[in-house]
Amino acid sequence: MRAKTKYVPIPSTIILPERDAERAPVLECVKLGITLGGIKAVEDFNLTVGRTEIVGLIGPNGAGKTTVFNLLTKVYQPTTGTILLNGQDTHGMNTMQVNKAGIARTFQNIRLFRNMSVIDNVKTAMNNEMRYNMASAILRLPNYRREEVAAHRRALKLLSIFDMQGVADVPAGSLPYGAQRRLEIVRALATNPSLLLLDEPAAGMNPSETADLMDNIRKVHEMFQIAIILIEHDMSLVMNICEGICVLNFGHVIAKGTPDEIQSNPAVIEAYLGRKKEA
Amino acid sequence: MTMRRLINLKRVEARRIYLTYAVVIVAYVICQSMSSAKFLSSSMRGMLVPICAYMVMAVSLNLVVGILGELSLGHAGFMSVGAFSGVAAAILLQGVIPFAPVRLAVAMIVAAVFAAAAGFVIGIPVLRLKGDYLAIVTLAFGEIIKSILNNFYLGVDSGGLHFSMLADTTRLLPGGKLIIRGPMGISGIQKIATFPAGAILLFISLMIVFNLVNSRSGRAFMAIRDDRIAAESIGLDITKYKMMAFVMSAALAGAAGALFAMNYSTIVANKFDFNTSILILVFVVLGGQGNMLGGIIAAAVLTILPEKLREFSEYRMLLYAIVLIVMMLATNNAEIKDFISRFNPFRRKEEA
Amino acid sequence: MTFLNFFISGISLGSIYAIIALGYTMVYGIAKMLNFAHGDVIMVGAYVCFYMAVRYELPPLLGVVIAMVVCTLLGMIVERLAYKPLRQAPSLAVLITAIGMSYFLQNTALLLWSSNPKVFPSIIGRGSFKLFGGELSVSHITALTIGVCLVIMAALTLFVGKTKMGKAMRACSEDKGAAQLMGINVNATISLTFAIGSGLAAVAGALLCSAYPTLMPTTGALPGIKAFTAAVFGGIGSIPGAFLGGLMLGVIEIFAKAYISSQLSDAVVFGVLIVVLLVKPAGLLGKMTQEKV
Repeated sequence: MRAKTKYVPIPSTIILPERDAERAPVLECVKLGITLGGIKAVEDFNLTVGRTEIVGLIGPNGAGKTTVFNLLTKVYQPTTGTILLNGQDTHGMNTMQVNKAGIARTFQNIRLFRNMSVIDNVKTAMNNEMRYNMASAILRLPNYRREEVAAHRRALKLLSIFDMQGVADVPAGSLPYGAQRRLEIVRALATNPSLLLLDEPAAGMNPSETADLMDNIRKVHEMFQIAIILIEHDMSLVMNICEGICVLNFGHVIAKGTPDEIQSNPAVIEAYLGRKKEA
Repeated sequence: MTMRRLINLKRVEARRIYLTYAVVIVAYVICQSMSSAKFLSSSMRGMLVPICAYMVMAVSLNLVVGILGELSLGHAGFMSVGAFSGVAAAILLQGVIPFAPVRLAVAMIVAAVFAAAAGFVIGIPVLRLKGDYLAIVTLAFGEIIKSILNNFYLGVDSGGLHFSMLADTTRLLPGGKLIIRGPMGISGIQKIATFPAGAILLFISLMIVFNLVNSRSGRAFMAIRDDRIAAESIGLDITKYKMMAFVMSAALAGAAGALFAMNYSTIVANKFDFNTSILILVFVVLGGQGNMLGGIIAAAVLTILPEKLREFSEYRMLLYAIVLIVMMLATNNAEIKDFISRFNPFRRKEEA
Repeated sequence: MTFLNFFISGISLGSIYAIIALGYTMVYGIAKMLNFAHGDVIMVGAYVCFYMAVRYELPPLLGVVIAMVVCTLLGMIVERLAYKPLRQAPSLAVLITAIGMSYFLQNTALLLWSSNPKVFPSIIGRGSFKLFGGELSVSHITALTIGVCLVIMAALTLFVGKTKMGKAMRACSEDKGAAQLMGINVNATISLTFAIGSGLAAVAGALLCSAYPTLMPTTGALPGIKAFTAAVFGGIGSIPGAFLGGLMLGVIEIFAKAYISSQLSDAVVFGVLIVVLLVKPAGLLGKMTQEKV
């Protein structure tokens, strides 16, 4: 006779904004983990992101936040766990396929195509939606011209969200720092993602630039109706803009909840400020 | 706004492309008329076709090194595949296509197809590697192609084509003809390559490369060059685009090889060795990576220069080496660059 | 027995490749450059050795020592004049400079010593040991080559692992900026690396020409490329890798010559390199570095 299966309750950590509750989540991570150089850089990472949710991923330096992004975008293949993107298991996919499936990202230390013009950076990201082949390009056939003109228009439109259409022909590497960060976001948006990952978008920005960035992220969210996960150290930005917050420490999720809940969570305070020494 | 005063990249780029076309056409007209008016020495006239071939080699390698950003040390291998397949095709077609220019064109197309196939086969393993490892494997393939062609025999008789490796075991029927004879290469080639044909090939190569670079594929190449990880993150198929650039480059090199070979009566595989690969790489680096016109000019200068230095016969390769080192130091060392610019009367004032 | 004979000559040839490969691998490890002129330093070493032994009739071993001194100086001068000014330059520019330097050395040799091949006298005569009742014959130079390679390998491992200068070299190869901040003289360390590599090249030149006694200005070119391949094979930047890669390459080359085809032996060697790199993209003992994202 078969042994009787013992049932245990799994603490469900899935919380979604009310407006997204009726729709399938854009991202579900279950027990995600990776071992890098013998160290469990991320372990037992669970996160569900609603269709139009803005989630903050915070934690002290070295907590594994960027590693989570690298797992989601398959820069690293996870050792354990599953990632469902729009309900589709991304197991065995590579970075390119994950992007086609709907994840776009920016990088902590900006990775632009520095020697290419600003608009070409954006157009490169539209590569997969352009429909003409090498022969039409070499022979300059009508569909080449049509597609290029359309891409050019759309790229300018995307740039105009961040008021960058004026610098379209400037080499990306010569842009000022803040503009480079903005361009990375535009480039990511150009791939038509359903989930946008922003890795420290406000790093190195002054308070007024950060305020602008906040407006811009809201604007993007409004316009495209996509989900956004944000890694950020600037707490005012995170608390202002994020609906849900996930706190990582030493590769583990130590708290999840709304900004108010997180701010008063003792585990989070301990992770950031350290434990009070027992007298 | 200061941004607006920055250069308009797109227009500068377009201007550079038209300048390149214009320079090529003007140079062709000048050389052709000088050649017809017997202003050129016979040695110079003999060099017109090889110069064109080297220019096409420079343009094609620039696609890989300058645009895609991968170092290839075996480009002469594709040139030799093109040379051998093109010449073999020309010999086989001698009776079928009596009109030489058409035969040359067909031979160059055959050469491009064979070289592209070689590029594809080699690209599969090569493009999985990165940086210096990729470079060393292209070097290895260059040497392998040379070794194979040095031991390859191809003959034709009434029963069709026969080939063998290492030794001539083609067993041709009487009346058959051995085309490729291993280390002896191909001899008795009809010299059907002409300067106009070379100029046309160069022009077509430039058009292919420029049009490709200014398309979604070209943007993908440059994105991969500038940042591979970011390129992947926006959904570019790295392998596909690397392969595309590599194969296109090989195809152009193959056509150039056929042109080159049909300027001589004999061609051997050892002509396309590591030194030839390096020579072409030097054109690209001296001309500026990604700069097609620069590469073309470098190819012309560095092919003519050793000839002009013949009066110093013994010292000419030594001088060549010194020129190479000094050029590299002058263009890449900040202090030396600074020192040179002090003597430049046209030096622009430092902008504040 | 013939198999064993081939194996021993393979190991001997491989030992020469290993000694040359050490020069490539150390320079690559520390200066991150492919020093294409290294093969030609071998040739210079061999010529110096030749002239010392034939023209001045010095004892061959003294000739080797003088060649080592000359090559060490040559390596340091080349580094100072051609490579040091390009420390910050793109790697392709450095590569072309190294190739230019290679042409320079070859053509200087051509002017000084002409293109006529010289017959190199073996540095320890042409005798051989007879083993197994004469079935297996190992020439003295073969035995010496293997012995010298082992000694160099052991000495270099100790030097890099135990001495202060060796530690400085390892530190520089990891991170030049950090090494400088720790008070290491990076320029002197790089210079030292070139000095050691070039000194070893002289030894390799003498051994190579004792085994294959034709000496020409281009003598160093092909062994140079092969040894470079060996360094990549073993994992460029790794000293044991150069040793392993050199030996394996030598054995593969001799076996390919013996059992496949002497004309295709180079193709086989390079083919094996490609296969190895496909399985282990950083070579046999190389460390795979992943770019931080």
